[in-house]
Amino acid sequence: MFDIFLDDAPALVVVLPLLISAIIAFMPSKIWPWIISIITLLLHLFLSLHLLKEISVSGLIIYEFGNWEPPWGISFKIDGVNIGLQLLFSIFVLVSTFYSRKIFLNEIDYRDSGKAYSLWLLAVGSLNGIILTNDIFNLFVFLEISALASISLIALGAGQNRKALLAAFNYLIIGAIGATFYVIGVGFAYAMTGTLNMNDLVIQLAQYSDGQLAIFAGMSFMLIGLMVKAAIFPVHIWLPPAYSYAPSAVSTLLAALATKTILYFFVRLLYEVFIIYPSYLSLFLDFVLYPLSLLAIFIGTVIAIYQDDIKKLLAFSSIAQIGYITLAFSLKDHSGVASGFVHIFNHALIKGGLFMAVGYFAILYKDRVTLNSLKGFGYKYPITSFALLICGLSLIGLPLTNGFISKLYLFQALYTNQMYFSIALVAVSSALAVVYFWKIVEQMWFSEIKFKSEKEDAYIYLPIWIVTISIIVFGIYSTPIIEFSNLSADYLISGYQN
Amino acid sequence: MSNSFLIILGIITPLFAALFSYVCRYNNNLRDSFGIIGGLITFVISLKIFHGIQNNEVYQITFFTLFDGVDFAFKVSALGSIFSLVASSLWILASIYTIGYMRGAGEKNQTRFVIFYSIAIHAALAIAWSGNLLVLFIFYEILTFSTFPLVGHKQNAESQSAGRLYLSILVGTSLIFFLPAIFWIWLKTGTLDFQDGGILMNKFPAEYLSFLIAMLVFGIGKAAIMPIHRWLPAAMVAPTPVSALLHAVAVVKAGVFSFLVVVVYIVGPDFLLQTKSSDWLVWLACFTIMASSIIAITKDDLKARLAYSTISQLSYIILGAALASSLALKGASFHIITHALGKITLFFCAGAIYVTAHIKKVSDLKGMGYKLPLIFFAYTLGALSIIGVPPFIGSWSKFYLIMGSIEREFIIVAIILGISSLLNIYYLLQPVVIGFTQNSKKEIKLIKAPLTVWPPLITGLGCLVFFFYANYFLNNISGVIVN
Repeated sequence: MFDIFLDDAPALVVVLPLLISAIIAFMPSKIWPWIISIITLLLHLFLSLHLLKEISVSGLIIYEFGNWEPPWGISFKIDGVNIGLQLLFSIFVLVSTFYSRKIFLNEIDYRDSGKAYSLWLLAVGSLNGIILTNDIFNLFVFLEISALASISLIALGAGQNRKALLAAFNYLIIGAIGATFYVIGVGFAYAMTGTLNMNDLVIQLAQYSDGQLAIFAGMSFMLIGLMVKAAIFPVHIWLPPAYSYAPSAVSTLLAALATKTILYFFVRLLYEVFIIYPSYLSLFLDFVLYPLSLLAIFIGTVIAIYQDDIKKLLAFSSIAQIGYITLAFSLKDHSGVASGFVHIFNHALIKGGLFMAVGYFAILYKDRVTLNSLKGFGYKYPITSFALLICGLSLIGLPLTNGFISKLYLFQALYTNQMYFSIALVAVSSALAVVYFWKIVEQMWFSEIKFKSEKEDAYIYLPIWIVTISIIVFGIYSTPIIEFSNLSADYLISGYQN
Repeated sequence: MSNSFLIILGIITPLFAALFSYVCRYNNNLRDSFGIIGGLITFVISLKIFHGIQNNEVYQITFFTLFDGVDFAFKVSALGSIFSLVASSLWILASIYTIGYMRGAGEKNQTRFVIFYSIAIHAALAIAWSGNLLVLFIFYEILTFSTFPLVGHKQNAESQSAGRLYLSILVGTSLIFFLPAIFWIWLKTGTLDFQDGGILMNKFPAEYLSFLIAMLVFGIGKAAIMPIHRWLPAAMVAPTPVSALLHAVAVVKAGVFSFLVVVVYIVGPDFLLQTKSSDWLVWLACFTIMASSIIAITKDDLKARLAYSTISQLSYIILGAALASSLALKGASFHIITHALGKITLFFCAGAIYVTAHIKKVSDLKGMGYKLPLIFFAYTLGALSIIGVPPFIGSWSKFYLIMGSIEREFIIVAIILGISSLLNIYYLLQPVVIGFTQNSKKEIKLIKAPLTVWPPLITGLGCLVFFFYANYFLNNISGVIVN
């Protein structure tokens, strides 16, 4: 009987969280919303694994909603590009939901628990939609749902710090501008081609092979809109306050997955659709994305060094890390795109782990975590601190952690493209990352001598350690991540070479 | 026993020693005995490998692939067999000495101490036998992290700040310089394996080789070349067994060993000689030798003086590697053994004096020579060996280094080495002179700690005896240099 459901697995991974979110919205209970969410996400993981199985057999699934054929109906596409991301998404969401319970209990009013998990599942469903959709307007819908859900989740941080409201409002305005840009671009594309389906768009665009101003304008609008959403420098300004004032569990989810899914769609749009116009594409990659990535890497890292607030520090480090990913994507060859995907996977784990650990510290400290407040935490809370240390070393790129693998493949990609200036810049910014991470280590272990350790909550540190161990495992046995990334790059780049 | 099994056994024995020490933490004697047992086992293995290398046997094991062209693998090189032999043999004596010292000085947290001590030895052996530069780097970091709790052992403000300096310099330099250098080598050659004659020839642009050498020598902070030397004197707040085995043998030798390995098996001496990219390093090493010798003279604290002496002696090895001629490399490799043997003797003695008489300063040693004759005897043997007086083993390595500098026509370097020996005489023998000539008026209560006296005597006599068996080691060393 399950087979009926399994046939609809591509739709269910999106619809199920959205559906359950409506059910639990007004549940007054403290624990039930969480339990239901966990069950939902276990099912979600099961469905994702099923999709993986299907993909390994068929290689491509096009799911048509309501059996309306693609150019007319909405369709989801699952192939080698997004199956790896889907799996990571599913697993990480489950872990962070497990982590979120005790965090939410401490940071928001327990009566809001139902609403919080309702929004949480809403965000999960819509972000997953971004991964799977094959329709540019449908993407806009998911973008908006995920933005509204994340904004409300961020605003829940107001119980801790009123600035969360301002951060949420900022995100709302800037996000709306980004979405407007995107939808204007979609409008242009629709006016010219009469289609919203990505595969069909490629075919329709081919008739304007010499290019049309309206199409280029539309493409530019779409790309700028997505850049705002993906927090690519210099349109990243909504991100640091949003990540740092959100409740800790929310920052974990957003930092690990929100920008990554949009980046994924961004690269898909570039290499699957806009590939039709190679000159436009290389113009955009060489003169927009590439310099902006370098600026993001350098400026993000430098600003991070001067941050006192740890969550802000991590947020600015995220800006730099997004820069690494877009730098890789701007390389226009297999090794570049593959290394970008490698870093999407690895950075999701690293930043997720870091935000989890810092989020727990925020609860233990009962205030915002600044550099000063971390004094002696290394001895007070050794289990969490040690996880933070490993995640941080991975961020820097120490061997045996997955961050090393990321850096390695990025360097290799840059090297094969003979971009020595970028190599130097990435090396310098890695060295600067040592500086800001060292500031944290120094506060935690060297500023105060206190050797009494206190009890830590296993419900919180277990998920943190699951992420930390996966960081080490993927640092030693990197094959799965490399293979998924190569698969994604194979799919995307084959279009480019044709 | 198969060769690969020997390697695994040698590397995990110290870990088991650590584990058993923890399991038997309530029985002090049993706990401390595992260091000695572990030392004996690893020594026998190292000796067997040492002989095997002489007979051209291959010791190699590959566990898994880390990424393209780089495996998690161990492969014993001729140089590695020397380093492991030194580290493991001295571990036995240091374990005995540790028992006497830690109990005599009444240190706390002895279990933690022996555990991290063993882990540090594990890392040092893994460095010695590493099959490629990345594996070496990984254990290099593990060595830093495992010795950090030993440096901060006393858990007071002083050791805290010393530990901070220790970690920040060693980890910082390795991440900022060493790791990018490894990336660079890998990007250019596609491999990081150690091969006789190096892997960079014809693959690495010669004009950038100086930069690479600079990144390596400053990235390998454990080699303590100036200006990256300050962690070593700071680390002297650790209990003396740590200073003796780790900061005179395992850690600092891991540093110079890493650099030597890079020169011999990665860059290749021929390539270095052709491009002359390391000639600037010769002068930096000479500067370090002279500057730290002069600083050593000004130090009244005996351990601080020995620390600066160590910095100076490490630069002998850097100097030899930078000269890159066959005689100089021979001297540099041999200096790993001779300096280890001499310096551990001196540190053992400094610790023994502290435990028995609670004296730390050279100026307080007045008349102690008559009260502690055995310790002063051992100290004199060690000092003479480091100065390079025949018939002590230290004279060999110095001889080869001077010959090497003449071979490369760096006559000034040979002169500097001579002056440095004169300075050695002054600052190393001054404690002996003070100990035997001036009479103390103070009555000093002596505590008996025989376990701290015998190890330095053995190593001190070793300095004398091995002078006559230098060829035993040189056989392996000749295998290192294929010019």
